[in-house]
Amino acid sequence: MSEAVVAGPLGSTPSQTVGPYLSIGLPWADGPYVVDADDEGAVWIRGVVTDGAGAPVPDGLVETWQADRNGRFDHPDDPRGPQPGFRGFGRCPTDDDGAYAIRTVVPGAVPGEAPHIDVSVFARGMLHRLVTRIYFPDRAEANATDPVLASVPADRRRTLIAEPTEDGYRFDVRLQGEGETVFFDV
Amino acid sequence: MTTSAESSAGSGLVLPRYRRDPEGTHPPMDSPGYKSTRLRHPKQPLVLLPQKLTEVTGPLLGPGRLGELDNDLTRQHPEEPQGQRILVHGRLLDGDGRPVPNSLIEVWQANAGGRYKHVWDNWPCPVDPNFDGVGRTVTDSEGRYEFVTIKPGAYPWKNHDNAWRPAHIHFSVFGTAFPQRLVTQMYFPDDPLFFQDPIFNSIPDEKARQRLISRFDLSRTVPEWALAFEFDIVLRGREATPFEDEEEDE
Ligand SMILES: [Fe+3]
Repeated sequence: MSEAVVAGPLGSTPSQTVGPYLSIGLPWADGPYVVDADDEGAVWIRGVVTDGAGAPVPDGLVETWQADRNGRFDHPDDPRGPQPGFRGFGRCPTDDDGAYAIRTVVPGAVPGEAPHIDVSVFARGMLHRLVTRIYFPDRAEANATDPVLASVPADRRRTLIAEPTEDGYRFDVRLQGEGETVFFDV
Repeated sequence: MTTSAESSAGSGLVLPRYRRDPEGTHPPMDSPGYKSTRLRHPKQPLVLLPQKLTEVTGPLLGPGRLGELDNDLTRQHPEEPQGQRILVHGRLLDGDGRPVPNSLIEVWQANAGGRYKHVWDNWPCPVDPNFDGVGRTVTDSEGRYEFVTIKPGAYPWKNHDNAWRPAHIHFSVFGTAFPQRLVTQMYFPDDPLFFQDPIFNSIPDEKARQRLISRFDLSRTVPEWALAFEFDIVLRGREATPFEDEEEDE
């Protein structure tokens, strides 16, 4: 085999839209379950993705990535050492009403940051994913000193904070317009 | 009560950092030629997210997500699908040419006539009962992948008068960290429909756009059986030196 590593930076492959038919390829039966359905202390994070006209986005996909209960990741680049066994990843297509739901646990705080979940949103009409973060309303004190929240204009921070519900939290994603969700350049 | 773990100071952790792509590599969210972007692009500017622990890690999805015939879209039914059998192969690399091994690649596509097996796709071209158009594979230790499928057909869409999508295969890859997550489309060489496709042409940089066109690969064709196309996927590279995660100046 030839030497696998080549010299010099390579240009990245550009992003393209998932298109309208992503649901034939991307959903997994266990996708919404970051943790088992009967995991103690698990919550549902539910929400609706809407467009600039306030209409639901029924052909989208929401993915989540997060630390475990102790703020650790099952990943070799966690400098504290990988924490095996926690998948940390959820994925759920939006339904006819633009709704998604993820079954997970509230992550622990990551050093220097309030507990949060990273979110990617994909859909037809989006040539690149959008990235946002979910924060938790019952962690107001940690949220108040979170450096990422602090970098968001104060009047828009509320779009990143989930609302409490009976079985967990609600986190809606508004792609455009009134109450537009804060999206990040990562 | 603010614990030290939740304080506003930098975490003090030493983390890798992923380079941002040059302007024009990726399409803008607002791309008027592609009409559905109109109501689906944010109007507020994106907020720069310093890459922290959650962003320098990411799901490592590998062989556990595969079924036995997931890498052969022509053998998922008792009969073979209609169409030109092809082998698609390539490497998953980072921006420094380092292979990304053991990493999940998901693909989906239309059938030979350009129809997706999806309830919303109803253009008058028959569904192929022997073709689902969905596959998965995992890169090997050198970042190589391959799968067998049929060449998808072009299909019409209603974006503009007489609009047709060039033939393409949808790809979804993860790399090893959150900034590397990528969904894209692979195209075929010399497609006569490129000039009128606002999705392909949404990529501002001409050189970047060409990276989405696979290469006909005579060396991997299989005589009397299949044509072959090569498509390398390059994800964002990381800086040579890790950085200490300190408070950013915002
Ligand atoms: Fe398509």
